[in-house]
Amino acid sequence: MKLIIAIIRPERLEAVQTELRKVLDENDNYRLTVQAVEGHGAQQGEVQYFRGQAIRPRLIPKLQITLGLNDDYVTRAVDAICAGARSGSVGDGKIFVMPLEDCIRIRTGERGGKAI
Amino acid sequence: MLALFAAEPPKIDSGGTAWMLMSSALVLVMVPGLALFYAGMVRRKNVLTTMMQSFVAMAVIGVQWVTVGYMLAFGQTAGGIVGWEPRLLGLWGVDWHAMYGDKGIPELAFVMFQGKFAIITPALIAGAVAERMKFSTYIVFILVWTTFVYCPLAHWVWSPDGWLFKMGVLDFAGGTVVHISAGFSALVLALMIGKRRDYLPGLATEGFVILPHNLTMTLLGAGLLWFGWFGFNAGSAVAVEFPVSGFSAALAFTTTQTCAAAAGFTWLMIEWVHNGKPTSLGLASGIVAGLVAVTPAAGHIQPWSAAILGVLASVVCFLAVRAKNRFGYDDTLDAFGVHGIGGLLGALATGIFCIYNIAGEANQGLVFGQTTQIGLQALGAATGIGMAVFGTLLIGGLLNVTMGLRCSPEEERDGQDLSVHGERGYHQDIGS
Repeated sequence: MKLIIAIIRPERLEAVQTELRKVLDENDNYRLTVQAVEGHGAQQGEVQYFRGQAIRPRLIPKLQITLGLNDDYVTRAVDAICAGARSGSVGDGKIFVMPLEDCIRIRTGERGGKAI
Repeated sequence: MLALFAAEPPKIDSGGTAWMLMSSALVLVMVPGLALFYAGMVRRKNVLTTMMQSFVAMAVIGVQWVTVGYMLAFGQTAGGIVGWEPRLLGLWGVDWHAMYGDKGIPELAFVMFQGKFAIITPALIAGAVAERMKFSTYIVFILVWTTFVYCPLAHWVWSPDGWLFKMGVLDFAGGTVVHISAGFSALVLALMIGKRRDYLPGLATEGFVILPHNLTMTLLGAGLLWFGWFGFNAGSAVAVEFPVSGFSAALAFTTTQTCAAAAGFTWLMIEWVHNGKPTSLGLASGIVAGLVAVTPAAGHIQPWSAAILGVLASVVCFLAVRAKNRFGYDDTLDAFGVHGIGGLLGALATGIFCIYNIAGEANQGLVFGQTTQIGLQALGAATGIGMAVFGTLLIGGLLNVTMGLRCSPEEERDGQDLSVHGERGYHQDIGS
């Protein structure tokens, strides 16, 4: 099992969801958690104006999506996120993939791959 | 007063009384309007303490006014310097069916109307020292400042016995008494208290930036201020005797609307051309600058003059706000740039455009070739500036060595909402 954490542009969420649905939905809704986050990388902040002064806040609003996946689904999920989230400009975000030790479905107590 | 009509017997005028009561409520609603206007521009951690600086003035000055404030401002004069009439202490000797002069309204209606001005004036100062002034010191400051700066100044300019009034200085609704006094006091207090820890003038594109946390509040506040300002300005026709006051109120209403609109549009266009973006805060700032500038002139100028004044107000105040960034002092929410400079412009513009003077003589403005009135206006403004600067230096200096003007560095870093008030303005939507 793997845990995928992806940071994406807020306006790309809809496209990412569409791509993920194509590869992860199997007569069921795939599981997804989305959080609003702020951070900075190579991208310059968006320019705002305050009392006539141009201001560029360092922190830029992004969305962070979290997905738990069985190993077979990881590559196609990563490809789907890239397809949905890529604009080609600096600031498209990042995907982190990490091993997932366990997963428990709270309602039934099922564990591991079945619970994902 | 205008002497265009023979004096009426002291009979209550129902329309005038109703308008005075309504105007008093309208001026009061400017205080929560100001609270929203200011609080939207500060950071989340200071939203409550910034709103409290406006709201607490309603509580503190609301009591001060009926206790001593009204007497000091409008009691029988002691040498033209201050009102002194013991029967007015605590309004003890004010009969509830006493009339106010030849105005056709109850005296208590006048007491209340003027009391709202005394409330909002010190609250304006808070904008210059937001996010760092110690709350307890602020309360003492507004109490002492209103008593020793505002009340005497109101007496000089508005009491029929005041020395500036007798000389013929015009201040229809408080350009000098309210905006010059608050604006220049704000500048002095901002300089005394120093910059905020995160304030970096001229480094707008790097470092830690301070941005307004909720401009929707600021816009709503600007709207409430505009709404309330009709009471502030058109209500000030109370100074004119019945029945001329009705016409005067309609004139002040019209010039207020015209000037605010012209100023709002001008500021918006300046920003659009200058920065490429017509900002919401720019429109709100322009509206307030126009309202401030027309305040002393409202009942004395023609609507076309008000439109010109609105354009001037936004150009001048826009430059004043920019100058702040150049000089590097931290007037947090531009109380000086908008109220001090806008009030000064309005006081002088009254001498440029006025269509009648305090004796009712027509066409006294500079545009009609008369120079006396603008000279008087400059004297009134200079007096207001002097009183504000020296009064604030003295009161601020005393409070600085006794109570301290500034909150602790930790409180400033963490925001005063939690440390001073034990509350937060916003919670995360978790567990609610």
